[in-house]
Amino acid sequence: MSSVIANETRFHVLAVDDSIIDRKLIERLLKTSSYQVTTVDSGAKALEFLGLLEDENSGINMNTNSSPPPATTGNIHHEVEVNLIITDYCMPGITGYDLLRKIKESRLFRDIPVVMMSSENVPTRINSCLQQGAQEFFIKPVQQSDVNKLRPHLLKGRSTEAQPNIINNSSNLNAKRKPEEESLSPSRIRTKLNDLELVQ
Amino acid sequence: MEVEQLQRSFLEYIAALFREGFLDGQFSQLQLLQDESNPDFVVEVVSLFFEDSERLLNDLTKALDQQNVDFKRIDAHVHQLKGSSSSIGAHRVKNACITFRNFCDERNVEACLRCLQEVKQEYLLAKTKLEALFRLEQQIVAAGGAIPILDEFS
Repeated sequence: MSSVIANETRFHVLAVDDSIIDRKLIERLLKTSSYQVTTVDSGAKALEFLGLLEDENSGINMNTNSSPPPATTGNIHHEVEVNLIITDYCMPGITGYDLLRKIKESRLFRDIPVVMMSSENVPTRINSCLQQGAQEFFIKPVQQSDVNKLRPHLLKGRSTEAQPNIINNSSNLNAKRKPEEESLSPSRIRTKLNDLELVQ
Repeated sequence: MEVEQLQRSFLEYIAALFREGFLDGQFSQLQLLQDESNPDFVVEVVSLFFEDSERLLNDLTKALDQQNVDFKRIDAHVHQLKGSSSSIGAHRVKNACITFRNFCDERNVEACLRCLQEVKQEYLLAKTKLEALFRLEQQIVAAGGAIPILDEFS
């Protein structure tokens, strides 16, 4: 797909998942969409990568790939630019929900779209994530059709003033969601029905 | 063996794996992610699954062998195994994990031991069959052929 954006810099997605299998899978899916990808295996490492971890005890060895060098811990000025964060919900230590909250509380990163993934379809969980500001909630295993939903969120993040030719794609995504519509919006959740997948 | 014959054997074998429920649609998704720039993607992911699963199964065996069984910990391990088997399309392994988790909730050690046996069995079956599938693939490639994609909807 040719880019309508004049600026050729690729979008950079930070993927957070404690499962090595799921990290490999999400990385491949994101790369097929030509995104630059950094994967980390915990919420703590995600915060460290973003420069949001307060304490300086980072002897942690990060497993990033194809990514720019991370910001130094304790450094307030961030070199790293992330356009979207996609995170697993169930992780030991800092959960995906904790990570979401911390990002939304951060002045620097609160406008970065955050997407949740979970193997479990729990309506109350999905609701609270969406209310906390998550843009999408994918049920695992994540598929290409899910990853295709990321692009409009990424494009919205890019400044539209400089590129007046970008089509503002808000048709099927309900960009402005009223609180009562946030519960189980069918367009966001893929349901499985006897191994048949209904993309609603 | 002729390339076409090998390809036919491959298609029959993989069709049977789907039919018998060893693999589900997620495995096809993995195959779709494999291309010239990532020619070993499926083998790589499945290999990670094998390593990860064997570690988890060992941990589960030890955990169920304790004086005071930590069901929360066991549930966490089974949850992980359920997730990874689901991610690669190992359908029967996934289902065995779902059953296992139900018995964890009941805190029933005997039942959990039986579930663990069941999961181990399904895992070994999946591993054997996937390894056989990959060997067939290697034979096709060695004979100069391309690995055919099974059309699930035919």
